Amino acid sequence: MYLLFILLFPLLIGSALLIFKPKNAFSISLAASIIELAATVFVLKEASLSPVSFSAPWVAEAGLSFSLYVDGISGVLIGLCALLVPFIVATTANTDRANKAQFQGLMLAMQTALMGAFLAKDAFLFYFFFEASLLPIYFLAAIYGGENKNAITFKFFVYTLFGSLFFLIALVYVYLQTPGEFHSADIEVLYQTAKGLSADQQGYLFAAFFLAFAIKMPVFPFHTWQPDTYTVAPVQGTMLLSGIMLKMGTYGVIRFVLPMFPVGVATWGLTASVLSVIGVIYGSIIAIQQKDAKRLLAYSSFAHVGLMSAGILTGSIEGIQGALYQMVSHGINIVGLFFVIEIIERRTKSREIAQLGGITQFSYPLTVTFVILSLGSVALPLTNGFVGEFLLLKSVFDQNLTLGIIAGITIILGAVYTLRLIQKSMFGNVSRITADFADLTGAEKAVLIPLSALVILGGIFPSTVLGFSEPAVQQLIQWFK
Amino acid sequence: MTAIIALSLLGILNLFLGFWFSRKTIQAATLVFLTGSMALTALDWNHEMLWYGHMFHTTNTSISFSLIIQLAAFMVVSFSKGFGIDEEHTHPAEYYAILLFSVVGAILMVSFDHLIMFFVGLEILSVAMYVLTGSDKRNLRSNEAALKYFLMGSFATGILLFGITLVYGATRSFYLANIALAIANTPPESTPVFLSIGVLLMLVGFLFKISAAPFHFWTPDVYEGAPTIFTMFMSTVVKAASFAALFQLLSGPFGTMYGTWVYPIYYISMLTLLVGNVTAVYQQSAKRMLAYSSISHAGYMLLTVSANQVSTPSTILYYSLSYTLATIVAFGVVMLVAEYQTGRTEKPENFSSFEGLAKQNPGLAFCFTISLLSLAGIPLTAGFWGKFFVFSDIFNRHVYYPVILAIIMSAIGVYYYFKGIIAIYFKEGDIERIELPGLVKFAMWACTLGTLLLGVYPSIVKNLF
Repeated sequence: MYLLFILLFPLLIGSALLIFKPKNAFSISLAASIIELAATVFVLKEASLSPVSFSAPWVAEAGLSFSLYVDGISGVLIGLCALLVPFIVATTANTDRANKAQFQGLMLAMQTALMGAFLAKDAFLFYFFFEASLLPIYFLAAIYGGENKNAITFKFFVYTLFGSLFFLIALVYVYLQTPGEFHSADIEVLYQTAKGLSADQQGYLFAAFFLAFAIKMPVFPFHTWQPDTYTVAPVQGTMLLSGIMLKMGTYGVIRFVLPMFPVGVATWGLTASVLSVIGVIYGSIIAIQQKDAKRLLAYSSFAHVGLMSAGILTGSIEGIQGALYQMVSHGINIVGLFFVIEIIERRTKSREIAQLGGITQFSYPLTVTFVILSLGSVALPLTNGFVGEFLLLKSVFDQNLTLGIIAGITIILGAVYTLRLIQKSMFGNVSRITADFADLTGAEKAVLIPLSALVILGGIFPSTVLGFSEPAVQQLIQWFK
Repeated sequence: MTAIIALSLLGILNLFLGFWFSRKTIQAATLVFLTGSMALTALDWNHEMLWYGHMFHTTNTSISFSLIIQLAAFMVVSFSKGFGIDEEHTHPAEYYAILLFSVVGAILMVSFDHLIMFFVGLEILSVAMYVLTGSDKRNLRSNEAALKYFLMGSFATGILLFGITLVYGATRSFYLANIALAIANTPPESTPVFLSIGVLLMLVGFLFKISAAPFHFWTPDVYEGAPTIFTMFMSTVVKAASFAALFQLLSGPFGTMYGTWVYPIYYISMLTLLVGNVTAVYQQSAKRMLAYSSISHAGYMLLTVSANQVSTPSTILYYSLSYTLATIVAFGVVMLVAEYQTGRTEKPENFSSFEGLAKQNPGLAFCFTISLLSLAGIPLTAGFWGKFFVFSDIFNRHVYYPVILAIIMSAIGVYYYFKGIIAIYFKEGDIERIELPGLVKFAMWACTLGTLLLGVYPSIVKNLF
C-alpha cells in the first residue's frame, strides 16, 4: 500500500493543481514533493530489510498485473527520483514559473510516471509508465520551452516513441512465449522464458530492447534529439530529463536486457559497448567546443551516460553497482549544474560562455558550489562521481583493455570541458553582462548547498547506496550467468 | 432483439414528432429512445437466442457490438445540437429517424445468422448513410459526396451480392451453420473453385465498406463532403458493424478456408496501413486527416481479423469501442471549431483554424488531445491497449512482417495526430470561448473519460466474454 501511495500521491496533487489552478502552486508542489520524499525514505527503510511489493489484478485476461516492488535496484532509482524532485521544484522559487499551477502539476505528474517505471514489476506496467512519462515532459518542454521548441520537442517525442515501439513488440514476443493460458509479464517469468530462446532470437530481441533504451539514454548514434531538447526545454524539464528520465534507459538495460538476454548480450554486447564508448569520447569532444553552457552540459550528460551503458553491458557486479551509483551521482550533479547555469542566465540573460567571466567577485557561494558540483562531475576522488566512474571503468577494463583505455580518456576530457566552463564563467575578467551580478538568494542557496553537500557525502560514504543495492545486484547477476 | 422492433417503430414515431415539436424536444426524444433500446438490448445478455426462423442470433458478442453501435448513435445525437436551431433547410426529425433506422441495420449486421439477413442489414445501413451524406442539400460538396458514395457503394454491394450468390451455389444454403457444415463435409479436392471466388468477392464488398486500400478512394471525399456529424456516425458505426460482420463470416463459415482469405487480408491490411498513414501526413484539413486516419485504423483491425484467435472478437470489440470514443470526440471538436470559424477563416476545417484553441477553451483542447492521443495509441488512453491486443493476437499467429510495418506506421501516426495538438496548444491564435450546449459537453466528457478509463483499466471491456 505504501508503494501505491508513493506512486499515486504526486499524480493526485499534480492533477489537482492542473484542474483547480490554485494561486500558491509552488508551496503545494514543494510540500507534496517533500512528503513524497519522506514516504519514499520510509519505504526504502523497509526495503533495506526485505523487498517490499504490492500487487493487484490489472488486465487479468492478458496475464498482466499491477505489481510494484522495491528491491535494491529499483530502490536506488526511486530514492533518486524522490530526492531530486523537491530540488527541481525548489529551483522554480521566485520565478514567474513558481506559481504556474500547470507547470508544477506537469512536474508532479512526471514524477508519478518516473516512479511508476522504476517500481513496476510487470514488464507492461513498466512500458506503460515508460511511455506515459513522455506526455508530461513533452508538454513541459513544448509549452515553456525556448526558441524553435515545436519542432525540437516534436522530434524528441517521435524519436523516443519510435524506439519504444520496437521495445513493445519485442516484449510482446517474449510475453507470448511465457507458459500458461493467459501468459504473464511478470519480470521473473520473463527472465525464465527468455532464457529458453535460441541465440538468434536473443540477438534480435536484444537489439529491439536495447534500441529503445539506447534512444532514451541516449547512446551514440541515437542521440541527435538530445542536445536540442535539453537546450530548448525549460531548465526544470532539462533536469527531469537528464537527472531522472535518462535513468529509465540505463535502468531498463539492467532490469530487462541483462537478465533476459545473456546470450544476446554475449553476442552483441561488445558492439553496443563500443557504440557507448564512442558516445563517451564523441560527446566529450563536442562538449569542449560548445559555446552555450547548457548545451555543453547536455553533451557532458551524453558522455556520462555512455560510460554507464558500457559498464552495465559488461554484466559484472562492479559494472552494475558502478552504474547504479553513477546514476545517483550524475542525477545530483547534473541537476546542480543546470541550476547554476540557470542562475547565471537569469541574471545575465546569456548562456554564452565567452560572454561571462569574473562572477566569483560577486558571488562567492555560487563559485564554491559550482566548483564542488563540477568536481563531482569530473570524478575527483572524495566526490560522488569518483566512486561510480571508478567502478565503471574497472568493469570496462576487465572486459576489454582497449575499450577501457579509450573510455578512460573521458576523465581527462571531462576535466577539460568542465574546468573550462568554470574558468571562463567564474574567474577571469568581469564582462559587460556580469558587471552587476547579484549574489545568491536564500532559495537558490537552499538548493545548491545541500546538493554540494551530497556530492561530498556521496564521495565519502558510498556504502550507503552500494550496500543497499548489492544483494539485489548479486541476485540479478545469477540470471545473467 | 426486441430493440430492433422498438427502434424501427420509434423511428417512425420520430418522423411524426417532427410535425408538432421543436428540434430540442426531438433530440431529447431520440436520446430517450436510444437509451430504451440499449436497455432492451442489454436484457438479452447471457440469453443466447435464435429469432426469425433462425436468421437472427443474439449472443453476448452480438449484444456488445449492438451496444457499442447504439452508444455511438447516442453520442452522435448528443453532438448534433438539434441540427442548427435556426436553419431553415434542415429536417431534424427525418435525420433522427434515419439514424435510428440505420442503427437497426447495423444491429442486424452484427447479429445475423443468415446471409440474407446480413445483406438486408447492410443495405438498411448503407442506404441510410447515402441519404445522410447528402443531407446538406445546398452544399455542392455534400451532394457530390452523396453521389460518389451511392455509386461506389452500390457497385460494392453488387459485388458482395454476387459473392453471396456464388457461396450459395456452392453450399446450397444461406445459413451460416449449414454453409460451415457444407464446406467441412466437402473434401478439399472437390470443393468448387467458385466457392473461393465467392468468398473473395464478398471480401471485396466488405473491404469497400471498411474503406481498406485499394478500395478506399471514396472515403476522404465522402468523409469531407458529408456534414461532420454524419461523418462521425459513418466512421464509427459503419466500421464497427462491418468489422463485426466480417469477423463473424470469416471465423464462422469460412474459418476452414483460412488459406484462401488470409493472404489477401495480410497484403490489403499492409497496403491500407501504408496508404492511410502516409497520405494522412500530407493533409492540411483536420477532417480529411481523420478520414485517412480512419483508413489506417481499418488496417489495424483487418490485421486482427486475420489473426482469427479465440481472443479476436474481444479485441475487435475493444478496438471498435476505443476507436469510436476517440473518433466521436475528434470529429466533434472539428465540427465545433469549424462552426465557430465559418465566416472567420477561409478553410474552417484546416489545422490552421485550430491555432490557439487551448487558451480560451481548455476543456475542448483537453478532450481533443486525449482523443488524438488515443488514436495515436499512446499509453494512458484506450488506443494503446487496442494496439496492444491487436499486436499480441497477430503475434500468436507467428506473423511478423505486417506487425513491424504496423509499428512503423504507428510512429508515423503520431506525426499527423500531433499536428492537431501542436496547433491547439503551441500556435498563436485568437479563438474566443466557444459556448457548448450541455448535451455536447456531456457527450464530449463522457467519451474522453471513457477513453482514459479504458486506458488505465482495459479489463472492464476486454473480459466481457
